[in-house]
Amino acid sequence: MSIKTQGPVKIDLAASPARRGHEDPLLVRWGLTLAAFGIVGVFIIIPLVHVFTEAFVGGVERYYNALFNDRDTFAAIKLTLIVAPGAVIANTVFGIAAAWTIARFRFPGRTLLVTLIDLPFSVSPVAAGLMFVLIFGAKGYLSWLPDNDFDVINNWPGLILATAFVTFPFVARELIPVMEAIGSDEELAALSLGASARQMFARITLPNIKWGLLYGVILCNARAMGEFGAVYVVSGRYRGKTLTIPLRVETLFQENQIPESFALASLLTFLALITLVVKAGLERKVQAVTASTPPPEGKEKA
Amino acid sequence: MAKYLFLSLATVAALATLTLTGCGKKSGNEILNVSYDPTRELYKEINEKFAAKYEKEKGVKLEINVSHGASGSQARSVIDGLKADIVTLALPSDTDSIRLKGNDLLAEGWEKRLPNDSLPYHSTIVFVVRKGNPKNIKDWDDLVKGDVKIITPNPKTSGNGKLSFLAAWGYVITNGKSEDEAKAFVKDLYERVPVLDTGARGSTVSFAKNEIGDVHLSWENEAYYQVKEFEGKQEVVYPSTSIMAEPKVAWVDKVVEKKGTKEIAEAYLRYLYTDEGQEIIAKNFYRPYNEAILKKAEWAKPIKLFKITAIAQGWDDASKKFFAEGGVFDQIYQKPAGK
Repeated sequence: MSIKTQGPVKIDLAASPARRGHEDPLLVRWGLTLAAFGIVGVFIIIPLVHVFTEAFVGGVERYYNALFNDRDTFAAIKLTLIVAPGAVIANTVFGIAAAWTIARFRFPGRTLLVTLIDLPFSVSPVAAGLMFVLIFGAKGYLSWLPDNDFDVINNWPGLILATAFVTFPFVARELIPVMEAIGSDEELAALSLGASARQMFARITLPNIKWGLLYGVILCNARAMGEFGAVYVVSGRYRGKTLTIPLRVETLFQENQIPESFALASLLTFLALITLVVKAGLERKVQAVTASTPPPEGKEKA
Repeated sequence: MAKYLFLSLATVAALATLTLTGCGKKSGNEILNVSYDPTRELYKEINEKFAAKYEKEKGVKLEINVSHGASGSQARSVIDGLKADIVTLALPSDTDSIRLKGNDLLAEGWEKRLPNDSLPYHSTIVFVVRKGNPKNIKDWDDLVKGDVKIITPNPKTSGNGKLSFLAAWGYVITNGKSEDEAKAFVKDLYERVPVLDTGARGSTVSFAKNEIGDVHLSWENEAYYQVKEFEGKQEVVYPSTSIMAEPKVAWVDKVVEKKGTKEIAEAYLRYLYTDEGQEIIAKNFYRPYNEAILKKAEWAKPIKLFKITAIAQGWDDASKKFFAEGGVFDQIYQKPAGK
């Protein structure tokens, strides 16, 4: 982009903090590092370890039974494995469409669209849930749906909708910068060489954005599995039918079945840890794509 | 890579749709009991025993599901379309709100369909204090002395919350004092509540597990449940007087007609009145309507219970007067400073 104008400024900025960093007294550097690690330890590591120790307080057998021999818990695991992918698929389709529109075209209302995509981040999940109750509830605007035995609220479609709303921005947010960085040159070249729109998408666009897309999907999925507030409102707390893993964890906790509750929480935590590892790997790939692709293009253009 | 990603996503979607449409088919042997928060243990036992009995007698295997939450929120969910065959809520006014606000969900005169005005058990509000009663709390007046902190759920959402408020109010009124004095008393009382949980079980967690507060205004059954679950840490205190709580039960006409579960739903509710049902009820610390079985329950200490008619025309009237938008509770309650 505007590398020339930023050039000299950039050097000053880059050099001075680095130099100052080295000049800081040893005590300050070590103190800050220790403080950072200490805070992470207290607020993240200890609770994390605690989840697993509490989960295994009753022994491995109880842990296993808590997860697989409890009808309602098992139903919650199955439900989450349906709701989270459901929301992720919806957001992936939308995310690609939105990123494509925003990165490739200039049209009136474009900024508004970008802002609206972020809206679910700032709306409280509880409000989001209530919104769906007002729309699809038996007294809502679309009450003919439940009247004709197609329940949205207190049923899985409502759970997917609420989860999809809350996780709406993840894929789009991830893809917009990637698509903008890559630019449309390769796609235009493909089209000019006679590729169909579908060929262009499958062979050029998708391979280019795949890491960013996967990264967005992973983040979206992590958030979707853990969603509580919005799902709580639309669930109707119907045991074995509409309780996802987080809701079931709360139920078990309230029933003073602490090891069982933590066992299920540990499953959620475990999935989060896997997500973290995958995410760390993908982050590098995404950075490689966004960092490496634009400079040659920029040079050619200039 | 991306191709595989989409393939796998598509497969998951297809599988999900298949499983869900499979699940969606409802047989007529499945019922849902939408209840209030602390009845979890009670209905767990009732469901098991009733299902076994029904299968033995009729040869039909039942699937009985439950939903628990704050009574007011549960009523709201049913009004908003949660397909409850049965509602067993904390207050008759919550059940009646389903009749009033739901589209033909519940028939008029539902209270007259089952014995004892559809009340298979009653209960009340008692105090739970820390072991040894360090703040020496014996009656309602002791709640507003010194630095006593009180735990009780939110009257806007919870049945326990409403009943705690009504019990405190009724204590003042039944002692021959004026409504203004009652107002001053409950105002003082609610200023001492650091957390208003949405439901009864939430309050139990706050008091027993998170150890907040000196006294918990709780359902009698929930009080004994806590003392049992968190053994040796708490004890139950009976105040001089409290409210007669009437958690009436009903089947939801529109739902049972549509699902064809009327017969099962009615049998289920009538089971609550059988000796077997009443024994389970007493075992779970609810006061059974059967006098003989109630007498056998040693835990049920004698306490003077006043009826809702002592402080209002009835449950619906009380609900409107005290808890509606701008009602007495709204007038006296301000969020604790700094919260």
